[in-house]
Amino acid sequence: MAAIYSLYIINKSGGLIYYKNYGSAGRMDTNDTLRVASLWHSMHAISQQLSPVSGCSGIELLQADTFDLHCFQSLTGTKFFAVCEPGTQQIESLLKYVYELYTDYVLKNPFYEIEMPIQCELFDMNLTQSVQKDRVALLGQ
Amino acid sequence: MQFFGGSEISPSPPAPTASGNNGHMLYVFNRNGICLLYREWNRPLHTLNAQQDHKLMFGLLFSLKSLTAKMDPTSAEKGNLGVPQLPGQGCSFHSFRTNTYKLSFMESPSGIKIILVTHPRTGDLRDSLKYIYNLYVEYVVKNPLYTPGSPIRSELFNTTLDQYVRGIA
Repeated sequence: MAAIYSLYIINKSGGLIYYKNYGSAGRMDTNDTLRVASLWHSMHAISQQLSPVSGCSGIELLQADTFDLHCFQSLTGTKFFAVCEPGTQQIESLLKYVYELYTDYVLKNPFYEIEMPIQCELFDMNLTQSVQKDRVALLGQ
Repeated sequence: MQFFGGSEISPSPPAPTASGNNGHMLYVFNRNGICLLYREWNRPLHTLNAQQDHKLMFGLLFSLKSLTAKMDPTSAEKGNLGVPQLPGQGCSFHSFRTNTYKLSFMESPSGIKIILVTHPRTGDLRDSLKYIYNLYVEYVVKNPLYTPGSPIRSELFNTTLDQYVRGIA
């Protein structure tokens, strides 16, 4: 349980700025992760076009045979999405928490250039801690 | 996904829990991207004209399948992104949900894709899509006057389909 396979953060233009793999069997090289991120950005936008009702803000959950993909889009267009085991709960709140960490440790970092790949130690540290905590909490139940 | 192996030959519907107006629209595509059927029950917003809408829908599904096959965390060997996959090969998605709609998707082994767009709080519609595929087989494929690959024009199929979709919760 609480098996997150990977986490991606993409900027508002669709470029990948952060990728973390937590144990998926298939390793993707950097180029593939970049392609997958841009593809997701475009699919997210196209899904808004196909909505039968106005006010669509894009895909929030994609369910496949072997994984679920949860996506959270901030008001500025930055997307946080996580690939996890089918039926994992509370990924939405985890993504919102990652957004908080992003605003605290990345955006408030004076050396960070916006829209560029994230290379902030504190962000990494806190992110690993919270993913581990989630794992332990859900295993304990 | 198990297609063959059920004990019933004729379609048996899952119990309908009629709440009426849940289905927005339905698309049926064949393996070449031709839209065999488009039914619309409740669609206040039309962003594009019909042709472009069908192409966009087919393209979206093609790309999403390619994406899920590539992102599959349980398989080690994957082809490149964008390589056309055989129906059933690679991990495929069965639904996605946005804040305004839920799209359920099913592909048969022959490449017939059935897409149902409903209210976002709808449950898992995989069995309903299988039932709709059975309806397609009974009323369309077994119709001697129907040429495969051409748009479906069967009143009986349309009526049965409408009735069934109205019964999906």
